Amino acid sequence: MKVLVAVKRVVDYKVQIRVKSDNSGVETQNVKMSVNPPDENAIEEAVKLKEQGLANEIISVSIGDDKSQDVLRTSMAMGIDRSILVKSQNTLEPLAVAKTLKIIIDKEKPDLVLMGKQAIDDDSNQTGQILSALLNWPQGCFISNLKIENNKVFISREIDEGIENLETSLPAVLTCDLRLNTPRFASLPNIMKAKKKPLETIDIDTLGIDTSSKIKTLKVIEPPKRKAGIMVNDVKELVQKLKYEAKVI
Amino acid sequence: MSVLVVAEHDNKNLKSSTLNTISAAEKLSEDIHLLILGNKIEDLAKSSKSIQLVKKVIICDHEKLENQIPELSSPIISNLAENYSHILAPSSTFGKNLLPRVSALLDVTQISDIIGIESQDTFIRPIYAGNAISYVQTDQKINLMTVRPTSFEKCEETGGDAAVENISFIDSEVKTTFVSREVSKSDRPELGNARVVVSGGRGLENSDNFKLLYDLADKLNAAVGASRAAVDSGYIGNEYQVGQTGKMVAPELYIAVGISGAIQHLAGMKESKVIVAINKDLEAPIFNIADYGLSSDLFQAIPEIIKELDLLNQIES
Repeated sequence: MKVLVAVKRVVDYKVQIRVKSDNSGVETQNVKMSVNPPDENAIEEAVKLKEQGLANEIISVSIGDDKSQDVLRTSMAMGIDRSILVKSQNTLEPLAVAKTLKIIIDKEKPDLVLMGKQAIDDDSNQTGQILSALLNWPQGCFISNLKIENNKVFISREIDEGIENLETSLPAVLTCDLRLNTPRFASLPNIMKAKKKPLETIDIDTLGIDTSSKIKTLKVIEPPKRKAGIMVNDVKELVQKLKYEAKVI
Repeated sequence: MSVLVVAEHDNKNLKSSTLNTISAAEKLSEDIHLLILGNKIEDLAKSSKSIQLVKKVIICDHEKLENQIPELSSPIISNLAENYSHILAPSSTFGKNLLPRVSALLDVTQISDIIGIESQDTFIRPIYAGNAISYVQTDQKINLMTVRPTSFEKCEETGGDAAVENISFIDSEVKTTFVSREVSKSDRPELGNARVVVSGGRGLENSDNFKLLYDLADKLNAAVGASRAAVDSGYIGNEYQVGQTGKMVAPELYIAVGISGAIQHLAGMKESKVIVAINKDLEAPIFNIADYGLSSDLFQAIPEIIKELDLLNQIES
């Protein structure tokens, strides 16, 4: 089985982001960037499938500028065999990302595609679902458990009501929840080894797809700040405030 | 032009998120159609036609739609799309799972999780876990959007008399079969919709201690929530998680107990009207957004609060 993992480079989840002063977007220059957290779960799952002998080749793909090489190197340090960077100077919307991935998938012919359920920058939560529809492959979103046996795929999905269990088959597109697994840290020897693993670069303009933006960002602003609150001294004061000042109990 | 709202339901009742989404649709058109895809939904169709804002209820009733597999429902929706300027679904795991597939079939870019509508083509949505707010505009032939339920009021469920139209089921070859659903049953209010939410974090230390929180929740007729740390540690099920990748809540009163206040948790609850934080760590970031902070050991504070609430009730009765 061949597994393809899609990886996005995003502002690190620990960074307190800043809105640009001209309200054109969020500052991403000179900010720590990392692998999108649920994409790390997708990488980890692919590496586990290889360790279990279920996958024989695991590859990662990212779309972005040259700097996105660093998240691909991270994925290879975690155990991915080789990577593909689709070079694009522009930020792509989920539909264009899915179309780009489809072209890579048509060429690489993986049996399973894994990715995070959502990127923590634009919070769209769309790409996996769109890709599954474009490929006409089964879709499994927000998965927290995966078992593959004789081409059968058993997944548990995190839904608002609890857990949903589905059975499907390969090939499939699965989007990963943070609870699917615990991503490993790349060891120093593996980081060194990853530098020698193959990283192919493809220019997005050679793929012949429409990647233009369909959505125009008019402005990005800071959310309204909450008014500073007060500290109460004890439980009695808290309950009195909630009853007679806030009037919520 | 008309607006289509895709209903979230359990084949018996509409989820309240559907009522919030209908209110969002009202900002776009007076001609709102509600699409219900499900199995044995005659009664649901009957009760839905009385929603005042809805002009037409469109029903597709088929046994294969029982478990709402998106591979089956998305072609039925895209097939109706040419009649509409906008298609809306709640930004719940139901809508997130379904609507992007429809966008792929229609070849349009969806706008996720809108919290405001400026005009027919301009919408407001949070990015970076709500730490920035983006105003976006589109001129696509049709606008697909998921709607954050807590950002729009629930619409009235009575007073209307909508027409009901049955459409035929379009079958698709689907390789996915439903196995089971593990749903926790509770008499407490629904988390996304409760007037009061009591949430616990890692400070609760184990699942047994969450009983303390349940007692407090029951005193306040509140829903119970949790931080990601508490869910990851196995104290409580994933359906209780409040935050960027869990549920968004905006109750009148949110009580955060033993929650430090990670960015991704704040994203899910900072729209609450009144926030109370109880934490023994004075440095916890949750205090920065709390209206009332209490720096105290939660294992002492919670029983005391329950006692105080009992006292208040005695005085009133």
